[in-house]
Amino acid sequence: MTTTMTTPLLKLTGINKSFGPVDVLHDISLEVKAGEVLCLLGDNGAGKSTLIRILSGVHKPTSGEMLLKGQPMAFDTPRDASDHGIATVHQFGGTFPLMSIGRSFFVGAEPTKHWGPFEVFDRKRANEIAVREMRQLGITRIDDGNRLVGGLSGGERQALAIARAVHFGASVLILDEPTAALGVKEAAHVLRIILQARKKGVAVIFITHNVVHALTVGDHFAVLIRGAKAADFRKGEKTREEITDLMAGGEAMAELEAEIESYMASHDGHPPQAA
Amino acid sequence: MTSTSTTAPVTGATTDARGAPAGASLGHLLRRPETGSFIGLVSVFVFFSVFGGATFLSASGAASWLNVAAELGIIALPVGLLMIAGHLDLSVGSVIPASSMTVAIVSGHYGLPMPVGIAAALGLGLAIGFLNGYLIVRTDLPSFVVTLATLFAVAGLTLGLSVIVAGSTSVALKSDPVTKMVFGDFIDGKFEVILLWWIVTALFVGYILSHSKYGNWILALGGDKVSARNAGIPTDKLNIALYMGSGLCAAFVGMCQAILYNSAQVSAGQSFIFNSIIAVVIGGVILTGGYGSVLGIVLGTMTFSIVNQGIYYTGFDANWASLIIGVLLLAAVLLNNTFRTMALTHATPRAKGKASK
Repeated sequence: MTTTMTTPLLKLTGINKSFGPVDVLHDISLEVKAGEVLCLLGDNGAGKSTLIRILSGVHKPTSGEMLLKGQPMAFDTPRDASDHGIATVHQFGGTFPLMSIGRSFFVGAEPTKHWGPFEVFDRKRANEIAVREMRQLGITRIDDGNRLVGGLSGGERQALAIARAVHFGASVLILDEPTAALGVKEAAHVLRIILQARKKGVAVIFITHNVVHALTVGDHFAVLIRGAKAADFRKGEKTREEITDLMAGGEAMAELEAEIESYMASHDGHPPQAA
Repeated sequence: MTSTSTTAPVTGATTDARGAPAGASLGHLLRRPETGSFIGLVSVFVFFSVFGGATFLSASGAASWLNVAAELGIIALPVGLLMIAGHLDLSVGSVIPASSMTVAIVSGHYGLPMPVGIAAALGLGLAIGFLNGYLIVRTDLPSFVVTLATLFAVAGLTLGLSVIVAGSTSVALKSDPVTKMVFGDFIDGKFEVILLWWIVTALFVGYILSHSKYGNWILALGGDKVSARNAGIPTDKLNIALYMGSGLCAAFVGMCQAILYNSAQVSAGQSFIFNSIIAVVIGGVILTGGYGSVLGIVLGTMTFSIVNQGIYYTGFDANWASLIIGVLLLAAVLLNNTFRTMALTHATPRAKGKASK
């Protein structure tokens, strides 16, 4: 127990990535433990996506070391990464909108049974498991695995994708902006699901640019700015304002405020008019 | 009892005034991919029964459209699988005559045993299918372009080689009685034996799509190629296998035609290119892939064939058949879109409520 709490499940040391002459990531070091949520914060273009692609086996780092459960790792394909228990869930969750819930849950890992000489896809079992796994994550509205994924709400699709990853034994779950396209209620639901996955001992890497969402579920935070890690802190060490400032590139915001102030000073206190 | 009460509120919204149990079954039916094609089939059947009269409804009337449906259907089924996987295959139009000519040249011109000619014809279909699949997988070019290229290349090769080898664009073929009976004879003097092959193909393709894991792979491949690959599906092999399937089926039809008519022509088969796509689309498969059913493809094929042949039983000029098919195709796509939207919104009762008001 103590070992799982202290050794990080996934540890990155000095990861660099460049595409030709363009350096995208510089010297990124991160770690995430089992049953912990690491929030990866950053503005658009900060390098979050590249980092996810390295973790999920799409890209290889130019240099640096990745340790999974203490073992050095190099993934050749996304399949390779998921075989090692690293699952990535993208923004829109289920990517097969016209497939049924049961079918899409088991894509590439279909349960089969024998029917005479034929090996048949066990649709009943697939549907049952998919519905049960979603139910465990608190999605109780769905009782029929034959329904199409496209009929689910954004939050439910995220839940389906997370349930799928957890079912197939993911130990590291990478969530790429799962709440970005969702309404307030739906987002709250997804956050609750993240906590459920965490309770199951999954190491969650939660990528977002929503500070409120991050602070709600995160144990550990890292802020990326222009490909470098600008801050790394634990829950309670920084306030929401401090983090927002950091992410937005505090200087840029401060500059804008100063500009507005000087404008107001020279225009009898009137703020600049919108065009 | 409990199951009725749980499903009733949801389906009640889709069918409004109807009773709960009837509403439940009707709601389920409406959400199936083949519903639109079934409605299309019933409408054209009723239309031609009214205007075509007793002769259309007689056994010979049925045979005339069923024979057309069988040949088209054997090709539409694997083409449909390809379309569900997000691809097209135009090359079937030249695989048919290439296979006809192959069996006629090997067994007719050179007089080798029929099984050798049949093997050569089917092997040719598999080879062209493999080439299509391999080129698409390796170049990542749109399947439309690649199969359009093979369509012309194979047509040119067939014409050129036929003239060189047989000195003619038409070769006679005299097949032995057993081969004739299995591939190119009539049942009861009216129904082509290829009808039975169509049934076998439909059952097999139905098994693949709905009841094997490969069906799931095909749906996933058509839904999102990258995600399917990431989920561990061997998408390259699957693509090549699907093209080999359509090549094989097109070659099979070409071979059967040669055996049925006792001769092969270089220019038979171009009509199958669009007709197979029309049958599949009427059958509820979407061109972008990821959705469709074998029953739908079979119904779409029958609908197409009824219009194609039924026109001769009416007093109308046969040229009007193309107009009917055009209108039917558009209506079928619109209808299928509606049913697909219903299937999609089904899981969200709130949205459903809004949509029905």
